[in-house]
Amino acid sequence: MTTIINYNLGNPKSIKNMLAYLGIESRISANHEDIASAERLILPGVGHFQHGMEQLELLGLVEVLKNEVLENKKPILGICLGMQLLTKHSAEGNRAGLGFVDAQTKKFELQDANLKVPHMGWNEVSWQKESALLASIAEKPRYYFVHSYFVECNQKDDVLGTTHYGQDFVAAFQHESIIGMQFHPEKSHRFGMELLQNFTKL
Amino acid sequence: MPLQPRIIPVLLLHKGGLYKTKQFKKPSYVGDPINAVRIFNEKQVDELMILDIDCSVNNSAPNYELIEEIASEAFMPVAYGGGVNSIEIAKKLFGLGIEKVVLNTVLQHNTTLIQQIGDTYGAQAVVACIDFKKNLFGKTNAYFKSGSTKADQSIPQLAKLYEAAGAGELLLNDIDREGSYSGYNLTMLKELVSIVNIPVVVSGGASQVSDFTEAAQNGASGMAAGSMFIYQRPYNAVLISYPSNYFYS
Repeated sequence: MTTIINYNLGNPKSIKNMLAYLGIESRISANHEDIASAERLILPGVGHFQHGMEQLELLGLVEVLKNEVLENKKPILGICLGMQLLTKHSAEGNRAGLGFVDAQTKKFELQDANLKVPHMGWNEVSWQKESALLASIAEKPRYYFVHSYFVECNQKDDVLGTTHYGQDFVAAFQHESIIGMQFHPEKSHRFGMELLQNFTKL
Repeated sequence: MPLQPRIIPVLLLHKGGLYKTKQFKKPSYVGDPINAVRIFNEKQVDELMILDIDCSVNNSAPNYELIEEIASEAFMPVAYGGGVNSIEIAKKLFGLGIEKVVLNTVLQHNTTLIQQIGDTYGAQAVVACIDFKKNLFGKTNAYFKSGSTKADQSIPQLAKLYEAAGAGELLLNDIDREGSYSGYNLTMLKELVSIVNIPVVVSGGASQVSDFTEAAQNGASGMAAGSMFIYQRPYNAVLISYPSNYFYS
């Protein structure tokens, strides 16, 4: 069972629907028991970093997540804001995150005036290391991005894929079974399905 | 770095069902919207546009329940238009999982909404739609309110106005060509592409794959189409289709 953590930011239903389409059982929940009993977790999210952390604290999820992810080594996939929340700190609201990976979240400051922030639309990812997550995925895949902040990893080994938008940034990281994706697999049709499917096999 | 041109199927909502019109008239029922979204999930559709054709005419609010269901079912980004006339409505739509809002009627009197939405969600989440058609004397005018209220400004004036107001994208919709399979209005497309710097999505008249290619070559950032994906000609039997893999190598 995969638990999609519901902390009231955005609509996580498309993730559940995509998993169902793939024949994978999941539930959307903030219940501590549902998180503790899950085989793996997905931390979705669209919105402001500070608001996201506040919601996690309010729901008492910070300790639960620490226990499951750091102690019990349960695989977790953070998507978009969910990825950023896994980092140590964000410039958005200037506050500390969950800190599960040695990384921080910064704001795009692009030199090229033709490049708009947020970075929004389909873009390519160049994969930087081998991973079971990337098993038999399509060639030249593209993914849907919507974000104004990006993740910077301090450990090069954690970088799974990068994307170029005025600068290179981390499109996905993987540190053991802690995974972050800046793009939205649930809005990237078949390319996203491949990644979600591989995640549920971890 | 410019992103690749997008092919955008357009679904029209009317009385909670999925309809197709011809030149904004004669709505005919073509099916259940959720079913249509599921069919598009099977294809490589990079963006879906949902337009509720009742909202501005009836001055009604968006059908949030249906929109949430569509956003939850869609495995691709969804743009929604129809009755988006305040920041509160836009906020609610983004919260339901919509990625972009399409504005038309509200812009007749209020272009500041573009900036308001853009400030919170980014300019690229705001699509300004220009509907246009020829009058009896062959003069092309822009219209609001599902083609019923003529605009005071010319089409280029509106395009410039929306760009200055902060729109992330223009949707250029030729009402006369809608559902006609007569090809896109490339003349208008070229004119607008030459005067604005924001992406222009062309709509109305798509009939075949070569229409997409031609529009992209003439500067379109996106190509919207309804009938072409919905009907099987020559008898216009309902067949939701989407050519696979034809555009991207």
